[in-house]
Amino acid sequence: MNRFEYARPETVAEAVALLDEYGPDAQILAGGTDLVIELRNHWVEPKVVIDIKRIPELAPAIVEDDGVLSFSATTVMADVVANDVVQRYFPALAEAADVVGSVQIRARATLAGNICNGSPAADTSPPLLVFDATVVVAGPSGVRRLPVDDFIVGPGKTALERGEMVIAIELPIPEQGFGSAYQRLTRRRGTDLASITLCCGVSADGVTRFAYGSVGPRAFLVTDDTGELADPSVPVAEKAELIDEVFHLASPSLKSLRASPEYRVAMLRVLGARALETAIARLDKELVA
Amino acid sequence: MKTTMTIDVTINGRRRRLDIAANQTLLEALRDVADLTGTKECCVVGECGACTVLVDGRPMNSCLMLAAEVDGMAVTTVEGLETGDGLSPVQAAFLDKSAAQCGFCIPGQLMSATALLERTAEPTVEEVQEALAGNLCRCAGYEQIVNAVLAAAKEVRR
Ligand code: FES
Ligand code: FES
Repeated sequence: MNRFEYARPETVAEAVALLDEYGPDAQILAGGTDLVIELRNHWVEPKVVIDIKRIPELAPAIVEDDGVLSFSATTVMADVVANDVVQRYFPALAEAADVVGSVQIRARATLAGNICNGSPAADTSPPLLVFDATVVVAGPSGVRRLPVDDFIVGPGKTALERGEMVIAIELPIPEQGFGSAYQRLTRRRGTDLASITLCCGVSADGVTRFAYGSVGPRAFLVTDDTGELADPSVPVAEKAELIDEVFHLASPSLKSLRASPEYRVAMLRVLGARALETAIARLDKELVA
Repeated sequence: MKTTMTIDVTINGRRRRLDIAANQTLLEALRDVADLTGTKECCVVGECGACTVLVDGRPMNSCLMLAAEVDGMAVTTVEGLETGDGLSPVQAAFLDKSAAQCGFCIPGQLMSATALLERTAEPTVEEVQEALAGNLCRCAGYEQIVNAVLAAAKEVRR
């Protein structure tokens, strides 16, 4: 690692001031599970590393208020997995957070960090897209909110500008029934980056949302509001063509070592069908309950 | 520019003051500054778990943390497992079940296992496997390791 200064601001304003002053020479440290590797490999060589974990404004981790579930920037994956509201309304997010790394990694890696690092393979970006998450950003001119779909730009790229940091991620709690499921494909079970990450959500009014990552430069969101995909009376096996249409955007990266493009597109259909089936079943259960 | 600093950490129950560099990992500080070499360095990318320590009771990869981050916190390393009466139940069970071959992964395995038994008194085989999924054993003594953790759980419950 290069030599750098370690800063531990006590307020968001202080952190933002440092970010603004140092620009590209500053790195935010939350969980550090990506950053420390980048530092060691000299992929980043900051002048200052800003540890945001002791900022009281960023605690507690998860708060439910007025129909919105809000995750602070320091919320770790283990907290996401264990949260009752997440399990009740956002099971696909709990599933995605639960496959990140190992127990040790999930005690450290943050939900916000997962999308800030802009990896096409980030496990949590498909569910955040399906649940229509809002990213709350603090910067020199105040706080702004943007849809996660606008926040994620491409590999290693987000909509953050100089001086800005994510302070929270907000999920609107669905008012009507909503079923969701997460699927991923890896070379082996356990600690591995995914070749495909995919989330499907189905709402009671027949809208189906699919988001899938690591087949293109970033995770995509596709919505079907014809009601055909969500129709519980038609078996998923008979929806193959519709599912194909959903995935026609998929453009697997040729450079990836994790799986060939043909294999990924083929598997996308399989995982898509599985996720749709589970999401419909979960919605059904919720509507009965 | 301040690239070095002093931190206060409770290591294995003892308060220590360590002079560290801001760019030093917790793993490096434990081994090179605190002279506790039980914690092992291996992959240094968070995949093998040889560097696992407990930070405020939770297992974490010390290779992925800066030492500066644990200022004011409590760290337990393998050296802290022994009690007044000798080996901890988990350590004794690893010995009893011959769970250690070359031994390199064992400090990390012990830390993850110890944390598991803190939160789950009666773990299933699957729970043990999940808790230790972040601890690779190159000698592949996984059966013996899982058996040792189950045996230790039984011993603790007695
Ligand atoms: S050395 Fe830390 S996880 Fe391998
Ligand atoms: S005992 Fe040799 S690596 Fe586990």
